[in-house]
Amino acid sequence: MPDAPLKPNEKLDVKALLEGIADYRPRRKGWHWREPVADQKLGPFMYKETSKGLTNSVPLPAAHYFGDIDPQPDCVVTTEIASGRFEDDIRRMRMAAWHGADHMMVIRTAGQSHMDGLLEGTPEGIGGIAVTRKQVRATRRAIDLIEDEVGRPINFHSYVSGVAGPEMAVMFAEEGVNGAHQDPQYNVLYRNINMYRSFVDAAVAKHVMASVRMAQIDGAHNANATAREAWKVMPELLVQHAINCAYSEAAGMPKADICLSTVPPDSPPAPCMRMDLPYAVALRDLFGQYKMRAQQNTRYMESCGREATVSHVMNLMISRLTSADIQSTITPDEGRNVPWHYNNVHAVNTARQSLVGMDGLREFVKLDLDNPEFQGGVRELKERAVLFLEAMERDGGYFAAVEQGYFVDSGEYPETNDDGIVRFADGGVAAGTIVERADDYLAPVCHHFGVNHLPEGLAKPCDLIGGCTLCDVEKVPFTDELDPEDNVNVRLERTAELRDKGLITPEVEWAGDGIVVVTLFLPASERVAEFAALELAKAMNLHDPEVIHKQVMHPAEGTLVEVKGRLEVTIDPATLVIPPPPDILSADEVRAFVKEHGLKVVGATVGEDEHSVGMREIIDIKHGGLEGFGVACEYLGTSVPVEKVLDAAIEHAADAVLISTIITHGDMHRQNMEKLADLAVEKGVRDKLLLIAGGTQVTAELARGWGMDAGFGRGTKGIDVASFMVKALREKGK
Amino acid sequence: MREDTYVQQREHLAGLSDEQLAARFWALAEGAVAPLVELARTHTSPSIERSVLMRMGIDSRTCMAVVGECEKRALLGHGAGQIVLHCATTQQVSVVEAARRLAAGEAWDTVEQKWGAPHA
Repeated sequence: MPDAPLKPNEKLDVKALLEGIADYRPRRKGWHWREPVADQKLGPFMYKETSKGLTNSVPLPAAHYFGDIDPQPDCVVTTEIASGRFEDDIRRMRMAAWHGADHMMVIRTAGQSHMDGLLEGTPEGIGGIAVTRKQVRATRRAIDLIEDEVGRPINFHSYVSGVAGPEMAVMFAEEGVNGAHQDPQYNVLYRNINMYRSFVDAAVAKHVMASVRMAQIDGAHNANATAREAWKVMPELLVQHAINCAYSEAAGMPKADICLSTVPPDSPPAPCMRMDLPYAVALRDLFGQYKMRAQQNTRYMESCGREATVSHVMNLMISRLTSADIQSTITPDEGRNVPWHYNNVHAVNTARQSLVGMDGLREFVKLDLDNPEFQGGVRELKERAVLFLEAMERDGGYFAAVEQGYFVDSGEYPETNDDGIVRFADGGVAAGTIVERADDYLAPVCHHFGVNHLPEGLAKPCDLIGGCTLCDVEKVPFTDELDPEDNVNVRLERTAELRDKGLITPEVEWAGDGIVVVTLFLPASERVAEFAALELAKAMNLHDPEVIHKQVMHPAEGTLVEVKGRLEVTIDPATLVIPPPPDILSADEVRAFVKEHGLKVVGATVGEDEHSVGMREIIDIKHGGLEGFGVACEYLGTSVPVEKVLDAAIEHAADAVLISTIITHGDMHRQNMEKLADLAVEKGVRDKLLLIAGGTQVTAELARGWGMDAGFGRGTKGIDVASFMVKALREKGK
Repeated sequence: MREDTYVQQREHLAGLSDEQLAARFWALAEGAVAPLVELARTHTSPSIERSVLMRMGIDSRTCMAVVGECEKRALLGHGAGQIVLHCATTQQVSVVEAARRLAAGEAWDTVEQKWGAPHA
């Protein structure tokens, strides 16, 4: 029986996802690219680089000014989620999907790459998840529900690396994983896995991935993140991409499924766009038939989320000025901790906002490829890469080059600094484990790479055994968790009370983790501020406080500090007193009342304040304001004294006075409201006039406390004010 | 340590068009991977053989045990899938059951009859 669809107002039922998990099977296999829509019209705008929209989403924050449109960029948008507990990650995936992510990348815990075999069960990883069949299946099941909810297929992705690559590839193919990192060079260089083993395994893994049209992402970007001076490894990056591309194709993978993981190598204060653009162009020139997975720079990422976000926007600009098929995102907090829920959403939104904002930009802003320095830079990178490959050939080929420390050297090839990563053919994890296939070697299964002495006349190899798991998904076995302590059921039990009773406690990663962040500006030097912040956090009842970011505003005048800590407080929503949302009349009802009884208002921005935008939004017919309902509006302008507003109201025999005010340090907003109320009493018109104050920080409670009949804050529309006036006037018997 | 000798080394590339340069790049890359592909085509590994058994519908722990036994007996080069298939055929059981028996240390006699006893 298919799972019950998700309801937007209900939480994912994690327990239900685990029920009958042994029998769950993926609904589809293979990668899904977004479906582009040429010249898409959304609201008042025409888009050049967008795709089919979502049925459910949270649009960008400013979308309410534009009729809540949510244009979806043309490229797949990635988010990386792996807190170590899949039961919490799937909730975050749902949030990310509602913000436009359609590529959920599950980072694997690093230790797993040295396990010669599969893990079973779902133990917790640290800074990454232990990728197991049960974790994969439960996640895929959740993603199946989420993709139905948002109305767009979602790609699920993890890693086919380490010493168990072929097994991971088979498990992923069986379980409907849509994309994976696979690059034997990554194993060799960064995980110190024996080079022969890595390449022999990789061909089989890639062939299996290709059988279900999984998208493959390579590992070249790691050279950026490892090399001391990331901008110098660009020629080598071209070589690494080429080796994995050529090897993948030889293993049977279509070009269209091979994605290059590419990162603009530099960050400010380097003049990074000028340095990174020639590389981006050289890459796309040489690898035009492959897909580009544009990753964001992490090499120079610090704990400042703002700085990271700005760097990422510049990376996104390179994507828009060149091309990207998959736009990856890095959470702005990755420089300080394992990413938190809302930072995944922020990162996805940075991509969505930037890509949509730069929609069609290339038609107006073109790269000046005729500029000699630019053109020369592109050419030089390609030539340096060719020189690298030529030298490799002379020196005995790929394996010999790795032994000679060719890779991740911080010199810009042919310059070398002798600090490359050196690995030996007879060394590394799982050295000496490959075996030559015998003259009678046989593998009675489908999609197997290499020598295979199958009997003649078979329709397909697995006819020998009556079908394999890649042809018949029902043959896939399931192994439940083996560890009695470290398993999802035990973990869920610990937070059962929160879920069952619907209790609320803050969280950033895991249900019930209680983590909060406090931002403090302290008028103290950096080190003093850091220790003062910890004391302040303790005074706020935060347990285990930790400074996660500090930034000098001035060596003596002050420091910005962000402290995280655990708040051991749980709220039962049943005990909350929540005022009901305002009851708004329909536009027709308001119009009918105004037509019958007439309604006149006088409005002004009071005090020494030149802001008129807010009041115009409320009044102007073109913003859906009061005029649109037939209300007669007299707008007096800005910086109007309160006395003058009241005199005008009396003179025009208005029904209501609307004042707009910003919150001021000198408390002027309060004084203006109180003064208006007092004057109205003095002049004997308080009962005849509705007094209404508005402004970005105004609340109904504040305004009423200071003598107004009503107060309206940020996001107020004309209908809100009109509705209030009509109801109040009815109560007065008008 | 080598100084940047790009200018001296590039002379033979200077005359190539961008297309010729790209063709040279790809010819070299394909040349670099050719021996790696040949190595992969003619070799196998414990993980590859476990991946074969997995595709035969055998659970991962059993795959681990069977391939471990094959390694010990220097039989991996024949293909663990073939070993299991042979055992299934001679014992007239399913491949899943054959793998279970082999993992438990049973039924190796049928294997030895065909491929010989373990080489010391």
